[in-house]
Amino acid sequence: MDAIILQILNGLDKGSAYALIALGLTLIFGTLGVVNFAHGALFMIGAFCAVTLNRLLTLSHQVVDETRTDFLGNPLKVDVPYMHDLFGEATGAAIIDWSVPLAILFSIPVMIAVGVIMERGLIKHFYRRPHADQILVTFGLAIVLQEIIKQIFGANPIPTPAPDAFTGSFDFGVLLGFDPNAIIYPYWRLVYFAFAALIIGAVFAFLQFTTFGMVVRAGMADRETVGLLGINIDRRFTIMFGLAAAVAGLAGVMYAPINSPNYHMGMDFLVLSFVVVVVGGMGSLPGAVAAGFLLGILESFASMNEIKQILPGIDQIIIYLVAIIILLTRPRGLMGRKGVMED
Amino acid sequence: MSKTTLTRRGVLRTGAVAGAGVALPTIFTASSARAFTNAPTGGSVTLGFNVPQTGPYADEGADELRAYELAVEHLNGGGDGGMLNTFSSKALDGSGILGKKVEYVTGDTQTKSDAARASAKSMIEKDGAIMITGGSSSGVAIAVQGLCQEAGVIFMAGLTHSNDTTGKDKKANGFRHFFNAYMSGAALAPVLAKMYGADRKAYHLTADYTWGWTQEESIKAATEALGWETVNAVKTPLAQTDFSSYIAPVLNSGADVLVLNHYGGNMVNSLTNAVQFGLREKQVNGKNFEIVVPLYSRLMARGAGENVKGIFGSTNWHWSLQDEGSKAFVQSFGTKYGFPPSQAAHTCYVQTLLYADAVQRAGSFDPCAVGEALAGFEFDGLGNGPTLYRAEDHQCFKDVLVVKGKENPTSEFDLLEVVEVTPRAQVEYAPDHPMFAGGSLGACNPGA
Repeated sequence: MDAIILQILNGLDKGSAYALIALGLTLIFGTLGVVNFAHGALFMIGAFCAVTLNRLLTLSHQVVDETRTDFLGNPLKVDVPYMHDLFGEATGAAIIDWSVPLAILFSIPVMIAVGVIMERGLIKHFYRRPHADQILVTFGLAIVLQEIIKQIFGANPIPTPAPDAFTGSFDFGVLLGFDPNAIIYPYWRLVYFAFAALIIGAVFAFLQFTTFGMVVRAGMADRETVGLLGINIDRRFTIMFGLAAAVAGLAGVMYAPINSPNYHMGMDFLVLSFVVVVVGGMGSLPGAVAAGFLLGILESFASMNEIKQILPGIDQIIIYLVAIIILLTRPRGLMGRKGVMED
Repeated sequence: MSKTTLTRRGVLRTGAVAGAGVALPTIFTASSARAFTNAPTGGSVTLGFNVPQTGPYADEGADELRAYELAVEHLNGGGDGGMLNTFSSKALDGSGILGKKVEYVTGDTQTKSDAARASAKSMIEKDGAIMITGGSSSGVAIAVQGLCQEAGVIFMAGLTHSNDTTGKDKKANGFRHFFNAYMSGAALAPVLAKMYGADRKAYHLTADYTWGWTQEESIKAATEALGWETVNAVKTPLAQTDFSSYIAPVLNSGADVLVLNHYGGNMVNSLTNAVQFGLREKQVNGKNFEIVVPLYSRLMARGAGENVKGIFGSTNWHWSLQDEGSKAFVQSFGTKYGFPPSQAAHTCYVQTLLYADAVQRAGSFDPCAVGEALAGFEFDGLGNGPTLYRAEDHQCFKDVLVVKGKENPTSEFDLLEVVEVTPRAQVEYAPDHPMFAGGSLGACNPGA
């Protein structure tokens, strides 16, 4: 039982990342009708926002320590962050320690800007082109962004730790009446799940309860009619693209302490997220979120040793297997509208 | 108008002279110098450096390339000479190889066997490379070694740790200076038993390809021989990035040690996940839970950050070694590039010197002559103490380092500390050891 609860937690966690990326993808598809293969790259850029802020906060000057030597036997040069000079050692260290949560603030304007530039600079020229063209150009863009990040940050993963207060793990089992140590779960992954729930809730609330959101939803349903009412729907859709980019970016920022950011992390998530969107139903926001969590949990269960002993390799194909079954029985996906991909 | 008279004797005489003339080059070739692929003709000789310049091991490849460039500089008489000054063989004098200036071409393996074979093929066929070296994956090394055997050039393996490289996939034209998984197990297991006791239950997570399989087999055999029990061994896909669903079952498996047979990005992520799940704070079977990373590299340790502290593993070489050869190399590399070399850089530098030295001693670039000069060659002064290039399988035998993630690093390079230098005798094995059986060295191929 404890193993099952642990895999459910794991699934919720994976599902959080899938759902956040899929949510952004669906927002873009639903508003602009664009199949954005560069969306994984936005997730990756988000993670590198966390890396960048961490690097900015740890910018240092060197102080020679005559008592120690470096690898060549010369006096050791010790890096002292400017933060320590500005705020004192304790406060400076605390600011650096909280670089990932601080990167949330840093990443929102950056990601919105990246999203708007991407939409205005390239993607708007492909609105009236076939989906195949959109996929090709956005996939190309993803590769370009990936290579730029690699040129700047290198190919190796870059450790980006969570604040000390959130490292370590929480004894979830004791809370549920199990033995101590039976279900231990990392604090930061719990934070990630809570954060994902918050963002998803905020996006839904924004679309549901604001005038802007209402117009966007109307535009999603019938773009031409909304346009005829004198509303500049294109500008709103551009803003939605920026917001979708911010959602993907935030997912990346908070993911940075879970797995050290690397330049191909976007591609690692992209294909899975597309399967999530298709399973949930193209254009359906609740579908994307539900499918994200569903497939995350299924994937976690499939990687249990007991299951793999019966069905070897199932953990690698479970998501695609579920996608095939759902598409065969319900081609529009779990919550998709009929004929979305047919126009 | 001249008149030609044909006589029987005249035709016979002319025919004999012409026949001897035509036959002459063949006679000379057969008796004095055999033809071989890419025999250098001008004043220079070209070496092919095939390293991952893109893909997940690109940083490792970049360090390998730095080492190769340094080796070429030293071979051509530039710089401070590095390990040429400490190498026990004195055949090389800084005037290139056999008086020919050393030049090089580079290829990108992308850490993919197909891409690596294609770039090696191009360097051999288009650039005239006479020797290929490099790589940082056993899958790639084995693929390129096979290609070099077919093409008739020498392959001086870079970073490859699978037993199979000099085991079932060994080739007469291939040579490996780097240590292997068996040696890691033989060096590491006694230290683990000493530190953690002989009564331990281990759980293995293993990268699902040639290197992971042979490492798991080697570590299991070595630890089980000392009394450890293997609770489970789970293969993980090479493309896996989040290992949490593989780590979670470890918690309740009854294991008190987790062995991560992972390398590069896999290791960085799996170790990070294991630490996040609190494995290092956990007590199982009345003992502290421990994590082991059998193959360590400084570049990987940098990726894993704080998580490597206190974790044991093995490595081929480390810049903190205090023998004269290592010191000379660190000085040379550190002065040129501003940071210490990795183990990948070390093995690639040494392989280049060893190749050049073998050509010099053989007096020929003929791969069969070079192979003969390398097989059974004993040397010193290149780090790791006295070393033997064993003739039977072209594997180098030397001391192996057991290292531990440093608790209080002084810099971003100072991440590992050497806890034991395991003597060569402790890591040696018979050429027909079951873990290395199933292949044949075959005959050397000089190519064209």
